[in-house]
Amino acid sequence: MAGIKVFGHPASAPTMRVLLTLHEKNLDFEFVHVDLMGGEHKKEAFLARNPFGQVPAFEDGDLKLFESRAITQYIAHRYEGQGTNLLPADSKNIAHYAIMAIGMQVEAHQFEPVAAKLVSEQVFKLKKGLTTDQAVVAEEEAKLDKVLDVYEARLKEFKYLAGDTFTLTDLHHIPTVKYLLGTPTKKLFTERPRVNEWVAEITKRPASQKILQ
Amino acid sequence: MITILQSQLLPPPPIKLRHSSLLFSPSQHSRPNLKFTSKSSPSPPTITMASIKVHGVPMSTATMRVLAALYEKDLEFELIPVDMRAGAHKQEPFLSLNPFGQIPALQDGDLTLFESRAITEYIADEYSEKGEKLMCPGCNKVKALTKVWLNVEGQQFDPIASKIAFERIFKGMFGMTTDPAAVQELEGKLVRVLDIYEARLSKSEFLACDCFTLADLHHLPVIHYLMGTDSKALFESRPKVCEWVKKITARPAWAKVVDLQKQ
Repeated sequence: MAGIKVFGHPASAPTMRVLLTLHEKNLDFEFVHVDLMGGEHKKEAFLARNPFGQVPAFEDGDLKLFESRAITQYIAHRYEGQGTNLLPADSKNIAHYAIMAIGMQVEAHQFEPVAAKLVSEQVFKLKKGLTTDQAVVAEEEAKLDKVLDVYEARLKEFKYLAGDTFTLTDLHHIPTVKYLLGTPTKKLFTERPRVNEWVAEITKRPASQKILQ
Repeated sequence: MITILQSQLLPPPPIKLRHSSLLFSPSQHSRPNLKFTSKSSPSPPTITMASIKVHGVPMSTATMRVLAALYEKDLEFELIPVDMRAGAHKQEPFLSLNPFGQIPALQDGDLTLFESRAITEYIADEYSEKGEKLMCPGCNKVKALTKVWLNVEGQQFDPIASKIAFERIFKGMFGMTTDPAAVQELEGKLVRVLDIYEARLSKSEFLACDCFTLADLHHLPVIHYLMGTDSKALFESRPKVCEWVKKITARPAWAKVVDLQKQ
Protein backbone atom coordinates (compact mmCIF):
# COMPACT_ATOMS: atom_id res chain seq x y z
CA MET A 1 0.00 0.00 0.00
CA ALA A 2 1.22 3.49 -0.74
CA GLY A 3 2.80 5.21 2.21
CA ILE A 4 2.12 8.56 0.61
CA LYS A 5 -1.14 10.39 1.24
CA VAL A 6 -2.23 13.80 0.07
CA PHE A 7 -5.08 15.53 1.88
CA GLY A 8 -6.40 18.24 -0.40
CA HIS A 9 -8.79 19.47 -3.02
CA PRO A 10 -8.34 19.04 -6.78
CA ALA A 11 -9.17 22.69 -7.52
CA SER A 12 -6.65 24.03 -5.00
CA ALA A 13 -3.47 25.37 -6.64
CA PRO A 14 -1.25 24.35 -3.70
CA THR A 15 -2.76 20.85 -3.76
CA MET A 16 -2.07 20.70 -7.50
CA ARG A 17 1.57 21.64 -6.89
CA VAL A 18 1.97 18.52 -4.79
CA LEU A 19 0.04 16.27 -7.17
CA LEU A 20 2.14 17.48 -10.12
CA THR A 21 5.30 16.59 -8.22
CA LEU A 22 4.05 13.11 -7.38
CA HIS A 23 3.05 12.48 -10.99
CA GLU A 24 6.39 13.78 -12.30
CA LYS A 25 8.03 11.26 -10.00
CA ASN A 26 5.67 8.39 -10.94
CA LEU A 27 4.93 7.84 -7.27
CA ASP A 28 1.93 5.92 -5.97
CA PHE A 29 -0.17 7.81 -3.49
CA GLU A 30 -3.61 8.01 -1.97
CA PHE A 31 -5.60 11.20 -2.49
CA VAL A 32 -7.89 12.06 0.39
CA HIS A 33 -10.47 14.65 -0.58
CA VAL A 34 -10.95 17.41 1.99
CA ASP A 35 -14.45 18.89 1.98
CA LEU A 36 -13.63 22.60 1.82
CA MET A 37 -17.24 23.61 1.23
CA GLY A 38 -18.17 21.77 4.42
CA GLY A 39 -15.37 23.47 6.37
CA GLU A 40 -13.51 20.25 6.98
CA HIS A 41 -10.16 22.05 6.75
CA LYS A 42 -11.02 24.13 9.82
CA LYS A 43 -11.99 21.18 11.98
CA GLU A 44 -9.83 19.43 14.53
CA ALA A 45 -8.91 16.30 12.56
CA PHE A 46 -7.50 18.34 9.70
CA LEU A 47 -5.95 21.00 11.95
CA ALA A 48 -3.91 18.21 13.51
CA ARG A 49 -2.34 17.79 10.07
CA ASN A 50 -2.01 21.49 9.27
CA PRO A 51 -2.63 23.89 12.15
CA PHE A 52 -3.06 26.71 9.61
CA GLY A 53 -6.19 24.98 8.31
CA GLN A 54 -5.15 24.97 4.64
CA VAL A 55 -4.90 22.29 2.02
CA PRO A 56 -2.81 20.37 1.21
CA ALA A 57 -1.47 18.26 4.04
CA PHE A 58 0.81 15.32 3.34
CA GLU A 59 2.01 12.09 4.83
CA ASP A 60 4.83 9.74 3.85
CA GLY A 61 4.88 6.91 6.34
CA ASP A 62 5.10 8.61 9.69
CA LEU A 63 6.37 11.92 8.30
CA LYS A 64 3.65 14.56 8.28
CA LEU A 65 4.12 17.81 6.38
CA PHE A 66 2.23 20.87 5.19
CA GLU A 67 3.02 23.98 3.07
CA SER A 68 2.97 22.87 -0.58
CA ARG A 69 6.46 24.14 -1.41
CA ALA A 70 7.97 22.29 1.57
CA ILE A 71 6.18 19.13 0.45
CA THR A 72 7.35 19.40 -3.16
CA GLN A 73 10.94 19.96 -2.03
CA TYR A 74 10.75 16.96 0.27
CA ILE A 75 9.48 14.76 -2.58
CA ALA A 76 12.10 16.08 -5.01
CA HIS A 77 14.94 15.26 -2.60
CA ARG A 78 13.63 12.06 -1.04
CA TYR A 79 12.84 10.52 -4.44
CA GLU A 80 15.66 12.14 -6.32
CA GLY A 81 16.58 9.04 -8.25
CA GLN A 82 13.07 8.43 -9.51
CA GLY A 83 11.01 9.80 -12.38
CA THR A 84 11.69 13.36 -13.55
CA ASN A 85 14.56 15.14 -11.86
CA LEU A 86 13.03 18.28 -10.36
CA LEU A 87 16.29 19.58 -8.93
CA PRO A 88 19.10 21.20 -10.96
CA ALA A 89 21.01 18.72 -13.14
CA ASP A 90 23.95 18.89 -10.76
CA SER A 91 21.95 18.98 -7.54
CA LYS A 92 25.00 18.81 -5.30
CA ASN A 93 26.27 22.06 -6.77
CA ILE A 94 25.33 24.56 -4.11
CA ALA A 95 25.47 27.54 -6.47
CA HIS A 96 23.12 25.87 -8.96
CA TYR A 97 20.79 24.93 -6.15
CA ALA A 98 20.84 28.53 -4.94
CA ILE A 99 19.77 29.74 -8.39
CA MET A 100 16.80 27.37 -8.24
CA ALA A 101 16.07 28.54 -4.71
CA ILE A 102 15.93 32.16 -5.93
CA GLY A 103 13.36 31.12 -8.51
CA MET A 104 11.26 29.40 -5.85
CA GLN A 105 11.32 32.53 -3.68
CA VAL A 106 10.44 34.68 -6.69
CA GLU A 107 7.44 32.47 -7.45
CA ALA A 108 6.31 32.59 -3.82
CA HIS A 109 6.89 36.30 -3.14
CA GLN A 110 6.78 38.12 -6.50
CA PHE A 111 4.54 36.04 -8.76
CA GLU A 112 2.02 34.17 -6.64
CA PRO A 113 0.69 37.00 -4.40
CA VAL A 114 -0.20 38.99 -7.53
CA ALA A 115 -1.34 36.06 -9.66
CA ALA A 116 -3.49 34.62 -6.87
CA LYS A 117 -5.40 37.91 -6.54
CA LEU A 118 -6.09 37.81 -10.28
CA VAL A 119 -7.38 34.24 -10.02
CA SER A 120 -9.48 35.15 -7.01
CA GLU A 121 -11.09 38.14 -8.79
CA GLN A 122 -11.65 36.48 -12.14
CA VAL A 123 -12.34 32.84 -11.23
CA PHE A 124 -13.20 32.13 -7.60
CA LYS A 125 -15.38 35.19 -7.02
CA LEU A 126 -17.52 34.28 -10.02
CA LYS A 127 -17.98 30.77 -8.66
CA LYS A 128 -19.34 32.33 -5.50
CA GLY A 129 -21.72 34.57 -7.45
CA LEU A 130 -19.71 37.74 -6.76
CA THR A 131 -18.49 40.25 -9.37
CA THR A 132 -14.95 40.86 -10.51
CA ASP A 133 -13.48 44.16 -9.34
CA GLN A 134 -11.89 45.43 -12.54
CA ALA A 135 -9.89 48.09 -10.72
CA VAL A 136 -8.14 45.39 -8.71
CA VAL A 137 -7.57 43.38 -11.89
CA ALA A 138 -5.99 46.40 -13.58
CA GLU A 139 -3.77 47.13 -10.59
CA GLU A 140 -2.60 43.55 -10.22
CA GLU A 141 -2.06 43.09 -13.97
CA ALA A 142 0.25 46.11 -13.92
CA LYS A 143 2.32 44.37 -11.24
CA LEU A 144 2.25 41.06 -13.10
CA ASP A 145 3.45 42.86 -16.25
CA LYS A 146 6.61 43.89 -14.40
CA VAL A 147 7.23 40.38 -13.10
CA LEU A 148 6.69 38.83 -16.52
CA ASP A 149 9.09 41.33 -18.11
CA VAL A 150 11.77 39.90 -15.82
CA TYR A 151 10.70 36.35 -16.74
CA GLU A 152 10.85 37.19 -20.46
CA ALA A 153 14.42 38.46 -20.11
CA ARG A 154 15.38 35.41 -18.05
CA LEU A 155 13.82 32.95 -20.48
CA LYS A 156 15.68 34.55 -23.38
CA GLU A 157 18.86 33.30 -21.70
CA PHE A 158 17.62 29.93 -20.45
CA LYS A 159 15.05 27.41 -21.50
CA TYR A 160 13.52 27.26 -18.02
CA LEU A 161 13.58 29.63 -15.05
CA ALA A 162 16.43 28.00 -13.15
CA GLY A 163 18.48 26.96 -16.15
CA ASP A 164 18.20 24.60 -19.06
CA THR A 165 16.19 21.91 -17.31
CA PHE A 166 12.68 21.83 -15.85
CA THR A 167 12.77 22.18 -12.06
CA LEU A 168 10.51 22.80 -9.08
CA THR A 169 10.81 26.50 -9.85
CA ASP A 170 8.82 26.06 -13.05
CA LEU A 171 6.51 23.46 -11.56
CA HIS A 172 5.36 25.70 -8.72
CA HIS A 173 3.89 28.13 -11.26
CA ILE A 174 1.83 25.62 -13.21
CA PRO A 175 -1.50 25.55 -11.33
CA THR A 176 -1.91 29.32 -11.08
CA VAL A 177 -0.70 29.88 -14.65
CA LYS A 178 -3.26 27.37 -15.84
CA TYR A 179 -6.05 29.25 -14.03
CA LEU A 180 -4.93 32.56 -15.52
CA LEU A 181 -4.93 31.13 -19.04
CA GLY A 182 -8.69 30.81 -18.66
CA THR A 183 -9.05 34.55 -17.98
CA PRO A 184 -8.34 37.77 -19.94
CA THR A 185 -5.02 37.91 -18.06
CA LYS A 186 -3.88 35.23 -20.50
CA LYS A 187 -2.76 38.00 -22.85
CA LEU A 188 0.05 38.98 -20.48
CA PHE A 189 1.57 35.56 -21.09
CA THR A 190 0.81 35.18 -24.80
CA GLU A 191 2.15 38.60 -25.78
CA ARG A 192 5.62 37.73 -24.51
CA PRO A 193 7.22 35.24 -26.93
CA ARG A 194 9.51 33.35 -24.54
CA VAL A 195 7.02 33.37 -21.67
CA ASN A 196 4.41 32.08 -24.11
CA GLU A 197 6.68 29.21 -25.15
CA TRP A 198 7.53 28.40 -21.55
CA VAL A 199 3.85 28.31 -20.58
CA ALA A 200 3.13 25.95 -23.48
CA GLU A 201 6.04 23.69 -22.47
CA ILE A 202 5.15 23.39 -18.81
CA THR A 203 1.41 22.92 -19.30
CA LYS A 204 1.77 20.24 -21.99
CA ARG A 205 3.88 17.95 -19.81
CA PRO A 206 2.15 14.58 -19.20
CA ALA A 207 1.99 15.22 -15.46
CA SER A 208 0.41 18.62 -16.09
CA GLN A 209 -2.09 17.12 -18.50
CA LYS A 210 -3.06 14.59 -15.84
CA ILE A 211 -4.09 17.04 -13.19
CA LEU A 212 -5.02 20.28 -14.92
CA GLN A 213 -8.69 20.38 -15.77
CA MET B 1 3.90 47.09 -1.61
CA ILE B 2 5.58 46.61 1.72
CA THR B 3 8.81 45.55 0.14
CA ILE B 4 8.79 48.42 -2.28
CA LEU B 5 8.15 51.07 0.33
CA GLN B 6 10.49 49.59 2.85
CA SER B 7 13.23 49.63 0.31
CA GLN B 8 12.29 52.91 -1.23
CA LEU B 9 13.10 55.93 0.78
CA LEU B 10 15.34 54.86 3.61
CA PRO B 11 18.27 57.21 3.93
CA PRO B 12 21.76 55.83 3.48
CA PRO B 13 23.09 54.65 6.84
CA PRO B 14 24.84 57.32 8.87
CA ILE B 15 28.09 55.37 9.00
CA LYS B 16 31.01 57.68 9.64
CA LEU B 17 33.32 57.22 6.69
CA ARG B 18 36.91 58.10 6.01
CA HIS B 19 36.19 58.03 2.30
CA SER B 20 33.83 60.43 0.63
CA SER B 21 31.06 58.03 0.00
CA LEU B 22 30.01 54.45 0.02
CA LEU B 23 27.18 55.12 -2.33
CA PHE B 24 26.75 52.47 -4.94
CA SER B 25 27.69 53.66 -8.40
CA PRO B 26 29.88 52.33 -11.19
CA SER B 27 32.64 54.81 -10.44
CA GLN B 28 33.00 53.32 -6.99
CA HIS B 29 34.39 50.05 -8.21
CA SER B 30 37.93 51.34 -8.27
CA ARG B 31 37.64 52.72 -4.75
CA PRO B 32 38.06 50.53 -1.73
CA ASN B 33 34.92 49.53 0.13
CA LEU B 34 34.58 49.29 3.87
CA LYS B 35 34.88 45.78 5.16
CA PHE B 36 32.69 44.68 8.06
CA THR B 37 34.28 41.82 9.87
CA SER B 38 32.36 39.46 12.05
CA LYS B 39 34.20 40.68 15.12
CA SER B 40 32.60 43.85 16.35
CA SER B 41 35.31 46.45 16.14
CA PRO B 42 35.29 49.84 17.77
CA SER B 43 38.36 50.67 15.68
CA PRO B 44 37.91 52.19 12.22
CA PRO B 45 37.01 49.69 9.52
CA THR B 46 39.86 48.15 7.60
CA ILE B 47 40.04 48.49 3.86
CA THR B 48 40.41 45.10 2.25
CA MET B 49 38.51 43.09 -0.30
CA ALA B 50 36.18 40.37 0.96
CA SER B 51 34.77 37.82 -1.46
CA ILE B 52 31.26 38.27 -0.04
CA LYS B 53 29.52 41.55 -0.79
CA VAL B 54 26.05 42.45 0.43
CA HIS B 55 24.25 45.25 -1.37
CA GLY B 56 21.64 46.66 0.99
CA VAL B 57 21.04 48.83 4.03
CA PRO B 58 21.04 47.87 7.72
CA MET B 59 17.48 49.16 8.25
CA SER B 60 15.98 46.84 5.67
CA THR B 61 14.46 43.69 7.15
CA ALA B 62 15.48 41.59 4.19
CA THR B 63 19.06 42.87 4.37
CA MET B 64 19.11 42.15 8.11
CA ARG B 65 18.08 38.57 7.44
CA VAL B 66 21.17 38.06 5.31
CA LEU B 67 23.48 39.90 7.71
CA ALA B 68 22.25 37.70 10.57
CA ALA B 69 23.20 34.56 8.64
CA LEU B 70 26.63 35.97 7.78
CA TYR B 71 27.35 36.87 11.42
CA GLU B 72 26.10 33.48 12.64
CA LYS B 73 28.59 31.89 10.28
CA ASP B 74 31.41 34.22 11.30
CA LEU B 75 31.95 35.21 7.68
CA GLU B 76 33.73 38.30 6.49
CA PHE B 77 31.81 40.49 4.11
CA GLU B 78 31.50 43.99 2.76
CA LEU B 79 28.25 45.87 3.16
CA ILE B 80 27.78 48.11 0.15
CA PRO B 81 25.01 50.60 0.88
CA VAL B 82 22.43 51.21 -1.81
CA ASP B 83 21.14 54.76 -2.11
CA MET B 84 17.46 54.02 -1.85
CA ARG B 85 16.46 57.65 -1.66
CA ALA B 86 18.04 58.24 -5.06
CA GLY B 87 16.29 55.14 -6.41
CA ALA B 88 19.56 53.33 -7.05
CA HIS B 89 17.84 49.99 -6.49
CA LYS B 90 15.52 50.60 -9.44
CA GLN B 91 18.29 51.37 -11.90
CA GLU B 92 21.41 49.88 -13.35
CA PRO B 93 23.83 48.75 -12.18
CA PHE B 94 21.76 47.38 -9.27
CA LEU B 95 19.17 45.82 -11.60
CA SER B 96 21.91 43.57 -12.96
CA LEU B 97 22.22 42.18 -9.44
CA ASN B 98 18.47 41.89 -8.82
CA PRO B 99 16.16 42.48 -11.78
CA PHE B 100 13.24 42.89 -9.33
CA GLY B 101 14.92 46.04 -7.99
CA GLN B 102 14.90 45.05 -4.32
CA ILE B 103 17.61 44.87 -1.71
CA PRO B 104 19.51 42.87 -0.72
CA ALA B 105 21.65 41.28 -3.37
CA LEU B 106 24.71 39.23 -2.50
CA GLN B 107 27.85 38.49 -4.45
CA ASP B 108 30.16 35.67 -3.49
CA GLY B 109 33.02 35.62 -5.94
CA ASP B 110 31.30 35.52 -9.31
CA LEU B 111 27.99 34.17 -7.97
CA THR B 112 25.22 36.76 -7.68
CA LEU B 113 22.10 36.02 -5.64
CA PHE B 114 18.97 37.83 -4.49
CA GLU B 115 15.83 37.02 -2.43
CA SER B 116 16.99 37.07 1.20
CA ARG B 117 15.65 33.58 1.99
CA ALA B 118 17.52 32.04 -0.95
CA ILE B 119 20.67 33.87 0.10
CA THR B 120 20.50 32.64 3.70
CA GLU B 121 19.94 29.08 2.50
CA TYR B 122 22.99 29.38 0.26
CA ILE B 123 25.08 30.69 3.17
CA ALA B 124 23.88 27.82 5.38
CA ASP B 125 24.78 25.24 2.71
CA GLU B 126 28.00 26.66 1.31
CA TYR B 127 29.45 27.41 4.73
CA SER B 128 27.83 24.55 6.60
CA GLU B 129 31.08 23.74 8.39
CA LYS B 130 31.68 27.29 9.61
CA GLY B 131 30.31 29.07 12.64
CA GLU B 132 26.87 28.18 13.96
CA LYS B 133 24.74 25.46 12.42
CA LEU B 134 21.76 27.01 10.65
CA MET B 135 20.11 23.78 9.55
CA CYS B 136 19.48 20.87 11.91
CA PRO B 137 21.93 18.13 11.06
CA GLY B 138 20.30 14.81 10.44
CA CYS B 139 17.92 12.88 8.38
CA ASN B 140 15.51 13.86 5.66
CA LYS B 141 12.68 14.08 8.17
CA VAL B 142 14.31 16.94 10.08
CA LYS B 143 15.24 18.73 6.86
CA ALA B 144 11.66 18.38 5.65
CA LEU B 145 10.28 19.86 8.87
CA THR B 146 12.72 22.74 8.56
CA LYS B 147 11.35 23.45 5.08
CA VAL B 148 7.83 23.44 6.50
CA TRP B 149 8.65 26.12 9.07
CA LEU B 150 10.73 28.12 6.58
CA ASN B 151 7.62 28.23 4.42
CA VAL B 152 5.45 29.11 7.41
CA GLU B 153 7.60 32.18 8.10
CA GLY B 154 7.51 33.24 4.48
CA GLN B 155 3.86 32.49 3.74
CA GLN B 156 1.98 32.82 7.06
CA PHE B 157 3.98 35.08 9.38
CA ASP B 158 5.81 37.59 7.23
CA PRO B 159 2.92 38.80 5.02
CA ILE B 160 1.03 39.86 8.15
CA ALA B 161 3.85 40.88 10.48
CA SER B 162 5.73 42.96 7.92
CA LYS B 163 2.53 44.91 7.15
CA ILE B 164 2.18 45.69 10.86
CA ALA B 165 5.80 46.88 10.94
CA PHE B 166 5.07 49.00 7.89
CA GLU B 167 2.01 50.58 9.54
CA ARG B 168 3.61 51.20 12.91
CA ILE B 169 7.14 52.16 11.93
CA PHE B 170 7.96 52.66 8.28
CA LYS B 171 4.93 54.77 7.38
CA GLY B 172 6.03 57.33 9.97
CA MET B 173 9.45 57.51 8.34
CA PHE B 174 7.88 58.47 5.03
CA GLY B 175 5.58 61.10 6.52
CA MET B 176 2.51 58.86 6.33
CA THR B 177 0.16 58.04 9.22
CA THR B 178 -0.50 54.67 10.81
CA ASP B 179 -3.96 53.29 10.03
CA PRO B 180 -5.24 51.96 13.37
CA ALA B 181 -8.02 49.94 11.74
CA ALA B 182 -5.50 48.21 9.52
CA VAL B 183 -3.27 47.48 12.50
CA GLN B 184 -6.19 46.00 14.41
CA GLU B 185 -7.19 43.77 11.52
CA LEU B 186 -3.62 42.61 10.96
CA GLU B 187 -3.06 41.93 14.64
CA GLY B 188 -6.25 39.87 14.64
CA LYS B 189 -4.62 37.66 12.03
CA LEU B 190 -1.21 37.64 13.70
CA VAL B 191 -2.60 36.32 16.98
CA ARG B 192 -3.95 33.27 15.17
CA VAL B 193 -0.49 32.60 13.79
CA LEU B 194 1.13 33.17 17.19
CA ASP B 195 -1.32 30.76 18.83
CA ILE B 196 -0.05 28.13 16.42
CA TYR B 197 3.54 29.07 17.26
CA GLU B 198 2.72 28.78 20.97
CA ALA B 199 1.44 25.24 20.46
CA ARG B 200 4.45 24.33 18.31
CA LEU B 201 6.97 25.75 20.76
CA SER B 202 5.34 23.75 23.55
CA LYS B 203 6.51 20.65 21.70
CA SER B 204 9.78 21.83 20.21
CA GLU B 205 12.44 24.12 21.56
CA PHE B 206 12.73 26.01 18.29
CA LEU B 207 10.32 26.05 15.38
CA ALA B 208 11.73 23.29 13.19
CA CYS B 209 13.42 21.13 15.80
CA ASP B 210 15.35 21.41 19.03
CA CYS B 211 18.10 23.53 17.55
CA PHE B 212 18.14 27.06 16.15
CA THR B 213 17.74 27.07 12.39
CA LEU B 214 17.10 29.48 9.54
CA ALA B 215 13.39 28.95 10.24
CA ASP B 216 13.86 30.90 13.48
CA LEU B 217 16.44 33.34 12.09
CA HIS B 218 14.20 34.52 9.27
CA HIS B 219 11.79 35.97 11.85
CA LEU B 220 14.36 38.14 13.60
CA PRO B 221 14.20 41.38 11.60
CA VAL B 222 10.43 41.85 11.69
CA ILE B 223 10.15 40.66 15.30
CA HIS B 224 12.91 43.09 16.21
CA TYR B 225 10.86 45.96 14.82
CA LEU B 226 7.57 44.80 16.32
CA MET B 227 9.08 44.40 19.78
CA GLY B 228 9.73 48.13 19.71
CA THR B 229 6.00 48.82 19.30
CA ASP B 230 2.74 48.08 21.14
CA SER B 231 2.50 44.89 19.09
CA LYS B 232 5.09 43.40 21.43
CA ALA B 233 2.23 42.52 23.76
CA LEU B 234 1.11 39.82 21.34
CA PHE B 235 4.46 38.07 21.73
CA GLU B 236 4.93 38.73 25.43
CA SER B 237 1.52 37.39 26.39
CA ARG B 238 2.31 33.93 25.03
CA PRO B 239 4.82 32.23 27.36
CA LYS B 240 6.52 29.89 24.90
CA VAL B 241 6.58 32.50 22.14
CA CYS B 242 7.94 35.06 24.61
CA GLU B 243 10.71 32.70 25.67
CA TRP B 244 11.57 31.91 22.06
CA VAL B 245 11.72 35.60 21.12
CA LYS B 246 14.05 36.26 24.06
CA LYS B 247 16.32 33.35 23.06
CA ILE B 248 16.64 34.24 19.41
CA THR B 249 17.06 37.97 19.91
CA ALA B 250 19.73 37.37 22.55
CA ARG B 251 22.01 35.62 20.08
CA PRO B 252 25.36 37.44 19.71
CA ALA B 253 25.14 37.40 15.92
CA TRP B 254 21.81 39.21 16.07
CA ALA B 255 23.24 41.84 18.41
CA LYS B 256 25.84 42.61 15.74
CA VAL B 257 23.15 43.18 13.13
CA VAL B 258 21.31 45.56 15.45
CA ASP B 259 24.59 47.35 16.16
CA LEU B 260 25.06 48.06 12.47
CA GLN B 261 21.86 50.11 12.55
CA LYS B 262 23.29 52.27 15.29
CA GLN B 263 26.48 53.12 13.45
